[in-house]
Amino acid sequence: MTLEPEVRGPAPQADVRARGGEGAQEGGPARGGTVAQVLADLRGAVPDPLLLTDPAELETYACDGLAAYRVTPALVVLADSADHVTETVRACARHRVPFVARGSGTGLSGGALPRADGVLLVTSRLRTLHELRPEDQRAVVDPGVINLQVTKAANPRGYYFAPDPSSQQICSIGGNVAENSGGAHCLKYGFTANHVLALDLVTPSGEEVRLGTEAPDAPGYDLVGAFVGSEGTLGVATRAVVRLTRLPEEVRTVLAGFATIDQAGAATSAIIAAGIVPAAIEIMDALAIEAAEKAVSCGYPAGAGAVLVVELDGAAEEVAHEYDQVERICAEQGAFEFRMATDALERAEIWKGRKSAFAAVGRISPDYIVQDGVVPRTALPEVLREMSRISAERGVRVANVFHAGDGNLHPLVLFDAAEEGATERAEEVSGMILDLCIRHGGSITGEHGVGADKARYMPRMFTEEDLDTMQLVRCAFDPDGIANPGKIYPTPRLCGERPRVVQGAHALATDGVELF
Amino acid sequence: MTPLEQLAGTCPVREAGPEDQVDGVPARVVARPGSTEETSALLRACHAQGLAVVVRGHGTKVAWGRPPERLDVILETTAMDALVEHSRGDLIAIAGAGMPLARLAERLAEGGHQLVVDDLVADAAPPVAGAGGAEVRGSTLGGAVATNLCGPRRLWTGSVRDLVIGVRFVRADGTVAKAGGRVVKNVAGYDLAKLLTGSFGTLAVVTEVTVRLHPLPQAQRWVVLDVAEEDLATVLGSAVHSQTVPQALEVHARPGQAPQVAVLLGGTDGGVQARAARLVDVLAPLASRGAPSVSSTDRAPGWWARPLAAAHDERPVLVRATARISGVAELVAAAVAHGMTVTGSAGVGVLHALLPAASAPEDARAALDDLRAVSERLGGSTVVLDAPPEVKAVADSWGEVPGLDLMRRVKDEFDPTRALAPGRFVGGL
Repeated sequence: MTLEPEVRGPAPQADVRARGGEGAQEGGPARGGTVAQVLADLRGAVPDPLLLTDPAELETYACDGLAAYRVTPALVVLADSADHVTETVRACARHRVPFVARGSGTGLSGGALPRADGVLLVTSRLRTLHELRPEDQRAVVDPGVINLQVTKAANPRGYYFAPDPSSQQICSIGGNVAENSGGAHCLKYGFTANHVLALDLVTPSGEEVRLGTEAPDAPGYDLVGAFVGSEGTLGVATRAVVRLTRLPEEVRTVLAGFATIDQAGAATSAIIAAGIVPAAIEIMDALAIEAAEKAVSCGYPAGAGAVLVVELDGAAEEVAHEYDQVERICAEQGAFEFRMATDALERAEIWKGRKSAFAAVGRISPDYIVQDGVVPRTALPEVLREMSRISAERGVRVANVFHAGDGNLHPLVLFDAAEEGATERAEEVSGMILDLCIRHGGSITGEHGVGADKARYMPRMFTEEDLDTMQLVRCAFDPDGIANPGKIYPTPRLCGERPRVVQGAHALATDGVELF
Repeated sequence: MTPLEQLAGTCPVREAGPEDQVDGVPARVVARPGSTEETSALLRACHAQGLAVVVRGHGTKVAWGRPPERLDVILETTAMDALVEHSRGDLIAIAGAGMPLARLAERLAEGGHQLVVDDLVADAAPPVAGAGGAEVRGSTLGGAVATNLCGPRRLWTGSVRDLVIGVRFVRADGTVAKAGGRVVKNVAGYDLAKLLTGSFGTLAVVTEVTVRLHPLPQAQRWVVLDVAEEDLATVLGSAVHSQTVPQALEVHARPGQAPQVAVLLGGTDGGVQARAARLVDVLAPLASRGAPSVSSTDRAPGWWARPLAAAHDERPVLVRATARISGVAELVAAAVAHGMTVTGSAGVGVLHALLPAASAPEDARAALDDLRAVSERLGGSTVVLDAPPEVKAVADSWGEVPGLDLMRRVKDEFDPTRALAPGRFVGGL
């Protein structure tokens, strides 16, 4: 199996510094003014120390969590207030200069990859948690507020913020909104999109707009729903009203050891078929377990070909009942070890191995690619088998850690960049895995986003018409295409252009048919 | 050529009859495409001829919103009523927009699943006899998507916008497109499914919908109690804060009667019994003095998920009013003070209210204005979903719409010639 040429097509230029940051990047808008003009406008409106132009300082913002791509921005603005955001976007709009918003910079798809010819607008200093109202199950937060801080603030009142991406200790709510972040528990509790009620945002034209209301079902189009997950291409959120979720009465975390990954997969299917919706179901394969043991000594069952982590939460009576079923199912599917934890400390022990998995892979491989793809849950066994076949065929090791409940795979493709051709082989395998996902009716990303990394795969999943239609929203919000251009969509739609719309009365006229 | 002649050949079309009108505006043609491809051919022809189109499923909510500015074609979705797929292991289903919710529920139940959407107009018969002769009542899937129709159990799973994971649709110019997919977890591209949900058919014609399913619970139990009006906030507060994981928390109130609160618990037989007992213990001290004690029953109260049940008018004024959760009791009180009957999701902050029978238009408007002021102060909104023409003529259906300019631009991009349901939605979109 080989990748078709268009998939290997225009990847984002790694290290645009090499080109002196001169050329406009692909997917960019019609060139307008210069960053120097934007900077001149911002002097006075934004304090000088918040405007970074020193090359060494700019360099520290050259990448987000996906370090393979690096572009040094021409200007970094560290916004200290929502006004700074507005001023910056307005200056960019005035001169038609591209801008990229960035929160904590933990994204894994290069969504916050800067533009060499643009402004990087950093929202991480906007960290005020304005309101915490458990009685309304709401919090009102600035975009730079850290995900876990919301939960920590709400915990004493019996609530938490449900989306829990594994970077939750450092990732910001603004980034969660941009990426529609998920996490291990979104199987039961949904994604960021299900937890945002209203947003204040600055549109790419520089307008300050409030979308949604504190209550659900605000009149009009669900623009909050369209904005969440738009990866910074529709504007910059400056405040969010988010939902808080009641803490469950009881939580039980189960760890089951299996000889093979097929058994762990079969147990997952049986749990779902029994009508149970666990808070989380995670699987790790032998290679991922090996890495986790080396890194954090998590003490997972020795000799396991796979471990299954199942978390059950809710009312005590229901959790007890579900637990009995899960225990029975795991035994039936051949689990050779079964552990259960109820208190927070013991549960953390079980989660330790799983949560450390990505970083732990560094212990068994000098370099690795974190992939993010989704397949229908029923296709999991076949996809996993095909993945091992590809891995064996190409001689590239793949460790598997995944959210089995919703079919969200995070294969870790291991390689040594020092070895000649290894990087290319790893990238090829990584791409083949995405092809597998698409072929089985899945998605090229479940939670990491398309960003700069996967724009070239979008035509594999969507038709030209699909992509064109999505970009109608882009045209409504950002007709000049200055908000994070080049991300998500491989081919920007020229706004104002209306392909296929017949102007005038007769359709045949456009085909050059003689009408008289 | 008449519109009927212009559209012949794209899909089955017929001349409109007297029932084929939308909120008093007569149509000229009724078209009934059987597929996405036929829908595309039809819309392409309508686009070329400059014809205005309103989509209709069973027509139970086709008069919601504002009357269309102009209307040539009613596009019926009822021929696109197939259950394309029910993937049991994946807990998803794909169905045509014309699939009746009631039939979908039957089919999904065969696999032990459900689409958690409570049809608020389940009793309503279509204005036009359903094709195929079978008596089908209530909403279609497409109608539920177009109006983001939600009832009590939205507390559990969210509303329609949270359950739709993929859509196939046709744009006003006939372009066929899709968004989302068949997996629940998917962040590839803009979530147009959310944009189209609740858009009242003004952006595109949805032909096929992919939804997330939930298992049918083994058992259900309702805890029901009467509450003195002054205690309502306290009762709702304790129910919201309880850890019994209610699937719904509903309130029903009308003038001259103590408000009633009902909590739905779903789960295992033993589990719901035990949880109901615990909830009764918490709520019993708060039940209205002199009222029968708190009951735990396996049957929903008569008003459950039927906000229109109390209507006496042929065409009542139906309002959706929302507030922050802690403001629900105040919103209920404000509505009841105006003589309204209120039924709604107290645990979410979304209520449906009926104005008193045969309210004079000016009185109705004053009551709506007041309710809107209260709901906006409480972080919500008030929308007039439906009303007789004389009330619609004087009342503002939508109130203040945050982000209206952006919405106008979205409409301009999707439907630049304003062919789809022109004028039916917010701000005359």
